[in-house]
Amino acid sequence: MTTTSALCDSLIKIVGKNFVSNQKEERYFYARDGGLMPPHEPDFVVMPKTAEEVQEIVKLANREKVPIVPKGAGLALTGLVIPQRGGIVLDMKRMDRILEVNEKARYVVVEAGVTQGVLKSYLQKHHPHLRHSIPDSPPVATIVANAVIHGQGRLSQQHGFNSDMVSGLEVVLPTGELCRIGSCSVSKYWFSKGPPLPDLSGLFLGWFGTTGIITRLGLKLYPCKKMRDIMLFLADKAELIPDIMLRLSHTEMVEDVVVSAAPLPLRFRGTFWIMAYITGDSDEELEFKRKMVWNALWEYFESRDLGFLSVSPDMKAPLMSMPSKDTSRFADVSKGGGFQYAGPITPIEKFPAFIRKLEEVATKYNVFYASTTRLIGAGHCMMFSFSFSFNRANTDEMARAKKALYECSKFALEEGGVLWKADIYEQRLLMDKMDPNTLVLMKKIKQLLDPNGIMNPGNWEVK
Amino acid sequence: MQKYVSQIHRCFRCGYCKFPTDYSSFNCPSYRRFRFDSYSTGGRLWLIYAWLKGEIEWSEHFAEILYTCTTCKNCAEQCPMKFAPDIVDWIVGARSDMVEKGKIPPRVARFFEAVYGYGNPFKQLRSDRAVWANGTKKYAPGDEYLLYVGCLGSYDENGQKMARSLVDILNASAVSFGILGEEEECCGNEIYMLGETGLFQNLMEKNNQKFKELGVSKVITLCPHGYNTMKNIYPASGGNFEVYHYTQILNDLIKKNKIKPSQAKAKITYQDPCFLGRYNNIYDEPRQILQSIPGIKLVEMERTRRDAFCCGGGSGNFVTDLLAGSADSPARIRAREAYETGADTLAVACPSCLTMLTDAVKAEDLDDKLAVKDISQILKELLSAR
Ligand SMILES: Cc1cc2nc3c(=O)[nH]c(=O)nc-3n(C[C@H](O)[C@H](O)[C@H](O)COP(=O)(O)OP(=O)(O)OC[C@H]3O[C@@H](n4cnc5c(N)ncnc54)[C@H](O)[C@@H]3O)c2cc1C
Ligand code: SF4
Ligand code: SF4
Repeated sequence: MTTTSALCDSLIKIVGKNFVSNQKEERYFYARDGGLMPPHEPDFVVMPKTAEEVQEIVKLANREKVPIVPKGAGLALTGLVIPQRGGIVLDMKRMDRILEVNEKARYVVVEAGVTQGVLKSYLQKHHPHLRHSIPDSPPVATIVANAVIHGQGRLSQQHGFNSDMVSGLEVVLPTGELCRIGSCSVSKYWFSKGPPLPDLSGLFLGWFGTTGIITRLGLKLYPCKKMRDIMLFLADKAELIPDIMLRLSHTEMVEDVVVSAAPLPLRFRGTFWIMAYITGDSDEELEFKRKMVWNALWEYFESRDLGFLSVSPDMKAPLMSMPSKDTSRFADVSKGGGFQYAGPITPIEKFPAFIRKLEEVATKYNVFYASTTRLIGAGHCMMFSFSFSFNRANTDEMARAKKALYECSKFALEEGGVLWKADIYEQRLLMDKMDPNTLVLMKKIKQLLDPNGIMNPGNWEVK
Repeated sequence: MQKYVSQIHRCFRCGYCKFPTDYSSFNCPSYRRFRFDSYSTGGRLWLIYAWLKGEIEWSEHFAEILYTCTTCKNCAEQCPMKFAPDIVDWIVGARSDMVEKGKIPPRVARFFEAVYGYGNPFKQLRSDRAVWANGTKKYAPGDEYLLYVGCLGSYDENGQKMARSLVDILNASAVSFGILGEEEECCGNEIYMLGETGLFQNLMEKNNQKFKELGVSKVITLCPHGYNTMKNIYPASGGNFEVYHYTQILNDLIKKNKIKPSQAKAKITYQDPCFLGRYNNIYDEPRQILQSIPGIKLVEMERTRRDAFCCGGGSGNFVTDLLAGSADSPARIRAREAYETGADTLAVACPSCLTMLTDAVKAEDLDDKLAVKDISQILKELLSAR
């Protein structure tokens, strides 16, 4: 086997000395994320600039049987970028070019390290009538990793998971070949990730970097209206939330539907905030949409089960911001720099049961909680977050938050939900429950693509 | 400052602090330069916490990570958490612990040694401190202002040009002022940011004492770094005088019609110095000066005002230069950005920016296309032309 220092020299030869580190400080930082998974250090952190460099690194890793973990911003929070078996963490953020915006076919092609923030800013500046489905993760989260974990964003109520909006991929396979997926495999256009061809994107999306390293991604863009507004409703009966969400989605007039619940500030305890975002190119359009939303919910106003909160400009600004900074601020609720959430994808009818469970578990483990629910598709499902904030300097609180999370994850699974961006423990829970033939198929795919088992080992590991 | 020990774990490593307000590109100069997350604000804070917990040992690499922060304060502007205003203090606090343990990068150690031994980071003789001044009058009780020039203005070639221009303008406008000449001490702003609290205290006390003895009630600083420390830190140690950055004074003179710049023809972009902008909210005065010049078109760079990208010179880096050596060095990135505006002149209001960006423009081979000038120089040229 090649010595560590020879491996280091080989990596330096590929990407240059400034972009390889095996120093303690980088190994320490890249051993962890902001969540609760225990750390594990990589041997190297490497920052490639081109797909060719990624290919060379992957070939080297195959020769040396060294694990590789592709990393965006590490904000999934569930330890998916923690190198469980050491090896190389590939920080993709130097591959940061926005390569093409096709205005007429409404898509953008980005390199793997392009962040949500940079794409948002770029579109606003250069293509103000186009937008992408931005998630509420901090702006440094990458477009590619968000698709890899099937994220959701501001347009998910209308268009499904952010990964449904992928329109093509370029991937370095675990054996080093560069491969195109979707329309871009036969054409210069990146308008479709599959149809009318066999949809091979499923070999990479949802796999947490265990089946290849995406180097380029096409993403569908959508019309960006000139105006945007929020309608904020308050309800205190959890049983009504699924119907309210369905009614909102029935209007086909709302951009995004988010429901949040938190015990603080005290005056809002027990109240659900239902946020319906609307967009328009004119006052008339907005007004019309407001009216439609209003009509859809009228019965609940009449029965006094729903209230409308008119929001002051100060209150509105954070609610309108994309991404929402308030979501990150939850990490400082216990003045301790941490939060993690289990975010099962689940039928919306489960809302009342999930809320009850969240409150019960938070009380049981004495941890701060919050929840944000995002409607996905026309009511097809929702992402319900069981979020717990913890103080990083308080190991006992961290242990309690972790127990609370796992109890919620187990519950969600029993209730028919599917765990989202599952950590390695939750992946096992999922696989234990999975159709055995599905598991065999997953195993075959992994063995076929990654014969040496070097890609993000520990994840989606079928026994 | 030591508060950092009990607070630093609060960083969520979310990375908002890497960006400007519109998220258009990375705005933490050291992260932009090195690109490992360890060089971002979150990286530094997590590493400091690891060091406090004993999970990592001190190393030269760790010290370098800490000292490549230019204390530009972009992170404090962008971090969404309640502790945001304290972030730079936390970094400075950790540096001061490193200094106390004698564990700092060699280049920073040399910076301190120079200030201990010579009273300036350039190892220049005290007797040469006023060589630039060319007979400029010394401050005497009764003068309205003390012009505090600082180390860069006294010894650095670019800084000296700035100082001479400013003196000429003040003289031409009949402002009552004087300088301290060889008696001037380092202001200590960089020493403070680098964590040498003992030396800083000593410099601050000497300056406060001298100003008191001379009856100084108003100070004009050439440099935003000196402005910052005298304005925000000196008062707690008995500093009892008004402080102005020179752009505030010149803007006032223009408004009062005491300076009338002649017609010019130039397209100018302006670099907000961190210690003037983000630290002290002075964004308008330098721009108003430029806009008062007939024939000048002011164009803004993409990142401007509170989102301005640091030149990389802060926290002593104009000497230690820990961010140098690459096309990704902040000053070179900024020089390219300035050039992209189509401007023919990059105006600055800080001797550190002046020297960093002058070098960067040369490194980018743009020196015949983009002139880097301090506002005082621009104004002086137009006064002489009258
Ligand atoms: C405050 C907060 C709010 C959030 N809100 C949302 C939200 O509204 N919607 C949402 O969807 N998510 C949300 N998230 C979760 C998460 O941050 C995002 O999904 C984010 O997009 C993940 O991107 P990343 O770059 O941080 O991914 P990482 O954590 O770096 O990576 C995620 C996975 O992708 C793999 N990967 C990375 N790059 C590649 C590549 N090039 N090729 C193959 N595999 C790769 C990694 O190995 C890992 O398995 C939130 C997180 C936080 C902290
Ligand atoms: S300093 Fe603030 S913005 Fe930066 S990573 Fe830490 S919590 Fe996030
Ligand atoms: S002060 Fe500037 S250089 Fe230092 S961590 Fe903050 S943004 Fe980065």
